Amino acid sequence: MSTLIEAPGTAAARETPARRRPRVDHLPYLLLLPCLVIIGVLLLWPLGQVVAMSFYKLDSVRQLRGDREWPWVGLANYAQILGDPFFRTVLRNTVLFAAANVLLTMVLGTLVGLLLNRLGKRMATFVGSCVMLAWATPALTGTIVWKWIFDDTSGLVTWLFNALPDGLSSALFGRSDWTGYGWFNDPLLFFSILTLVVVWHSFPFIAVSVLAGLKSVPGELQEAARVDGAGPWRVFWSVTFPSLRPVFGILVVLSTIWDFKVFTQQFVLAGGTQDRSTFMLSIYSYAEAFSPPPKYGLGASIAVILTLILLVVTGVYVRMVLRQEDES
Amino acid sequence: MKKIALNGAGLLVALFAAFPVYWMIATSLKPNREIFSATPRPVPAEPTLEHYREILTGNLIPGVTFADFFLNSALVALATVLLSGLVALLAATAVARFRFRLRTTFLILLLVVQMIPLEALVIPLFLMIQRLGLYNTLPSLILTYLGFSLPFAVWMLRGFVAAVPKELEEAAAIDGANRFQTFRRILFPLVAPGLVATSIFSFITAWNELIFALTFINDQDRYTLPVAMTFFFGRDDTAWGSVMAASTLFTLPVIVFFLLVQRRMVSGLVAGAVKG
Repeated sequence: MSTLIEAPGTAAARETPARRRPRVDHLPYLLLLPCLVIIGVLLLWPLGQVVAMSFYKLDSVRQLRGDREWPWVGLANYAQILGDPFFRTVLRNTVLFAAANVLLTMVLGTLVGLLLNRLGKRMATFVGSCVMLAWATPALTGTIVWKWIFDDTSGLVTWLFNALPDGLSSALFGRSDWTGYGWFNDPLLFFSILTLVVVWHSFPFIAVSVLAGLKSVPGELQEAARVDGAGPWRVFWSVTFPSLRPVFGILVVLSTIWDFKVFTQQFVLAGGTQDRSTFMLSIYSYAEAFSPPPKYGLGASIAVILTLILLVVTGVYVRMVLRQEDES
Repeated sequence: MKKIALNGAGLLVALFAAFPVYWMIATSLKPNREIFSATPRPVPAEPTLEHYREILTGNLIPGVTFADFFLNSALVALATVLLSGLVALLAATAVARFRFRLRTTFLILLLVVQMIPLEALVIPLFLMIQRLGLYNTLPSLILTYLGFSLPFAVWMLRGFVAAVPKELEEAAAIDGANRFQTFRRILFPLVAPGLVATSIFSFITAWNELIFALTFINDQDRYTLPVAMTFFFGRDDTAWGSVMAASTLFTLPVIVFFLLVQRRMVSGLVAGAVKG
């Protein structure tokens, strides 16, 4: 009778090959089959397909349906993209945005994680629950609420700035009446608000992960360092951080991957894909492909560039996780 | 003194994190004159359900009610959950219960495909959907979300399967149960809670998704909630009361589900090191 467990005695069987060769069990492969088919068809095949599409000139839906030919253009899409100064602006925006967001998310998340670890039980539960709310909120509605908070007539931020004493407001910002001020018109301001939205949404995951890491590390070390007269800064960098290094590594990589391809928040905050001055790679690719006139091939080449960048980051991530798997 | 500072910092963090959610709900309950008054009130003075009434009686997009969108979203999400749960359970059992040659390769594959930027797949999946004749249908979304949610579901579920003691199954096998019976009578009931937790994540993935739904669906009566809200919001971005009411109705199920399973999320993502 075969069982649902790995065959016991395979080692013994190997020692006495004369007795019988271990039978190859087909069941695990059968169980994996549906999963492999789905991953293959819905993730890996499209991934190959996007690379293929980037070598063609695809400007109409009828080409996609197969009613018209696909003219091969080789690397022309890439040449066009890489030669376009606008692409360099977009790439710079993306990299700077991702860097700023990863940094801010990591710093805020870590501080909150450390704070949660130090708070009393009831306070920690309360703050933890509130933090969880920000995490649970869908990117779409979270962004809509922030947009309401920054509304140019009745938004809370507009009201706050209007409530500043006129003299102070004029001296600092050169204006005292903020009603009708377009918070999203200036690219730098737009990216700052987008950063606020993204950091608000992503710091809880970092905080909770850091907290989980802290809980798994014995507190005696920190205690000992503190007794020896080390300040909080010293304790963090010489005791806490080294013991959480693997966790931090994975968190940085995951955040980098997420912040590199922010889409929903940007799409909602910008109100679509019209505002090119605030483009980043993922929305740039989407806009080239789907805003009329459609340019699927060109969009695909931008998507490939985005994927290649993330591939490098992913390589780092997988190596980290596997190393952790080995250690445990 | 130090304790006060810590608690003060804690309150600030709580305020920053929870305020937008509070503000969404508070605004949805305010009458328009309070929403658009020069001085915002922190708490609705005369709470009203008028915005919810507007939303629920078909104000979002003429001819289609909020309930229609809600149903579309729920249908897509539930189908995704069922399919992804079934397939993930089979795969997780294979990985957690068997040693076979390509096991490690498969685990690495799972990790890697989770990192594929889905935003980069809009164009090729649009092509696939067009070719399959699924454009402008809800199955196009079910198929897409199945692919997106499956890798994480397997990754998470294998921990739950591995946590069921093998001895139970061995005992059942000795008692003469065949593989299917052991699976159905022993493993499945014990993994069920894990399956629920995993399903919730698949549900949230499908429920929240915007880009693909925006691209694959054309007819307004087939919009999912996120698309309907984006559309409504783009058309009339001053009806903040209604927008906030719709947002609240969209967000609450997610928050409830999320709070039920968030603990697993951390272990699933960070400690990729679930034993298995």
